[in-house]
Amino acid sequence: MSALQPSELDRPTLARDRSAADAELISVSAALRRAEFGDRLRSLLLATPLLVLLALSFGIPIVLLLSRAAYDPTIADALPKTAAALSGWSGQGLPGDDAFAALAADLKDNQVKGTAYELAKSLNARLPGARSQILKTVRRLEKADGQAALDALKSAPFWSAPPTWTAIQSGTKSFTSFYLLSALDLRWDADGGIERVPPEQAIFIQVFLRTFFVAASVTLATLILGFPLAYLIANVPKGLAAILIVAVLLPFWTSILVRTAAWTVLLQKFGLVNDFLLLIGVTSDRLDLMYSRIGLIIAMTHIQLPFTLLPIYSVMRTIPPSQMKAAYSLGARPFTAFRRIYIPQVFPGVMAGCLLTFILCLGYYITPALIGGASDQLISNFIANYVNVELNWEMAAALSFILLVFTLALFGIFARILGLDRLKLV
Amino acid sequence: MLLSPYATTGERIRITLLWLWCGLVILFLLVPILIPVPLSFNSGAFFIFPLEGLSTRWYEVVLGTQRWQSAIGNSLVIALGTTLIATTLGTLTAIALSDEKFPGRRIVMPLLLSPLIVPVVITAVGSYLFYARVGLASTYAGIILAHTALASPFVVVTVGASLTGFDRNLMRAAAISGARPLTAFFKVMLPLILPGVLSGAAFAFVTSFDEVVVVQFLASASQRTMPLEMFIGLREKLSPAITAAATLMMALSIVLLVVANILSRRGRRVPNR
Repeated sequence: MSALQPSELDRPTLARDRSAADAELISVSAALRRAEFGDRLRSLLLATPLLVLLALSFGIPIVLLLSRAAYDPTIADALPKTAAALSGWSGQGLPGDDAFAALAADLKDNQVKGTAYELAKSLNARLPGARSQILKTVRRLEKADGQAALDALKSAPFWSAPPTWTAIQSGTKSFTSFYLLSALDLRWDADGGIERVPPEQAIFIQVFLRTFFVAASVTLATLILGFPLAYLIANVPKGLAAILIVAVLLPFWTSILVRTAAWTVLLQKFGLVNDFLLLIGVTSDRLDLMYSRIGLIIAMTHIQLPFTLLPIYSVMRTIPPSQMKAAYSLGARPFTAFRRIYIPQVFPGVMAGCLLTFILCLGYYITPALIGGASDQLISNFIANYVNVELNWEMAAALSFILLVFTLALFGIFARILGLDRLKLV
Repeated sequence: MLLSPYATTGERIRITLLWLWCGLVILFLLVPILIPVPLSFNSGAFFIFPLEGLSTRWYEVVLGTQRWQSAIGNSLVIALGTTLIATTLGTLTAIALSDEKFPGRRIVMPLLLSPLIVPVVITAVGSYLFYARVGLASTYAGIILAHTALASPFVVVTVGASLTGFDRNLMRAAAISGARPLTAFFKVMLPLILPGVLSGAAFAFVTSFDEVVVVQFLASASQRTMPLEMFIGLREKLSPAITAAATLMMALSIVLLVVANILSRRGRRVPNR
């Protein structure tokens, strides 16, 4: 008994200690987790005000706008009786007298409620010419009742044409793909398939192509102008590089509007650009640069140049010049060394700069509005025009939706292959 | 660095061409933004060189007529309101996001940056549609709210950058020493990240002060800002007053952004010392 090994004595004690220690450890880690949970909660609370504000001032407005592209209850709300009467209609030929009567009643209601103009405008988007017809009919129905109203409708050529009724029927469906299809110059054909709209009505594909063309031209121009300058800045002594960088940053820090204003002054018929072209003898006559495609591309190139240049420069700065020297000493000709050593390394910077410029160009609004001519308006200008002039929110929403899809898709590519960090300029 | 000590003729030609090309590009970058400056001091009513004579008459128009004065006032009210809200909320958010354990950080960051990516016309039209429903269209509050969305990403990014080097143990030390969280924030964290905060504030101010598209959709006639007056002036009749306004706006944004960049650089350096 006396020979109890200390170790044997210790063992249970040790085990007890360990379990106590374990329990303590668990309680410590629980406390830590609680504390971290508190930290996390506090972080979340700190971020909440801005996130809520952004949701209200930015998120909801955009979702609301985009929803207008596919949800338009104007016609359904204005013509409830007609909608009910047409619900069982096959869409072939003309509907029955009950539909005519319902429409007459609905139109009279609209006249009383003062919503006739809104209905006319909305139907006009689907059926060109409907606006004046509806307003005319509404006025005529004021004096007619019952059978007289029905006759008035049935005798009007507009209301006895089958396309009118197909348009009304499709309009009474609140969820619609009409505007999104229109934004791509497409429509439903009579058999329920999708077809291109006739060439004389097609406009938007051309506008999207124009936007892409301008964006691509500007991207290419900024690359041609910016790449050599980025290379120079990355390879001259520090002091000179700082001066050159300021020359890039000064225009970068000036607002787009101010730079666009400067270009409207420069591009005038008797402006400096024309003076310069005459002086060096490129042209013998003064050119109309304002309200032209070339003027627009020049101004946009000026505005976007720093966006393309800065990411390229930030990559070039990290490439040691000794690499090129090593390539030369191994026998590479300058062009080979440039192509095989330099280009592959600056490629991510070139991609970042060009993608950024291309994405930003897709959304240009101010510069085309002020410098572009009627045939140089980009997609953003059409969106603004549908809101300001045509008051057609649905079409503006559909075009916004498609522009946003392109922008976000390109931005997704950007973030995927280059990472969000590349967005930081300077 | 460009020219090796034993340059070949080919190399010399290439470098000369590079310098020549870059000189032209620099001219292309600088001439357009410098042109409005001399024109704004022109005494004549045209945009043609040589200048007819020096005068400050166009600055008198911009600073002295009621239309431009109220535009400058509106711009300042909106930009200051935006700066205040965007800087406060943006700083709080940047502090929250600088915690690595912040839940959903990888989702929140792109969301915060999205106002910079979405074409501004879409933002403007959407705000117009929504704000009209809730009674915020044609109000200063509405314009400030919309501008805050556009300006706050800059604050989050600059303050976030100045926080990357901030040692969180300082906050623990403050807590151990008995400071309440708010005291610790004002006495320890804020002084260290202040350059980043001020730089973010300058970016926010310039973003709002220069913005014209959202204002165009949301502002009533009495809320026209300086850029909006310029935009309207450029559409209607080209007056040299616009070059004076442009010069003033350019000077303001360049000064503020130079300060912002110096501050943000300093802000990023401090913690590494």
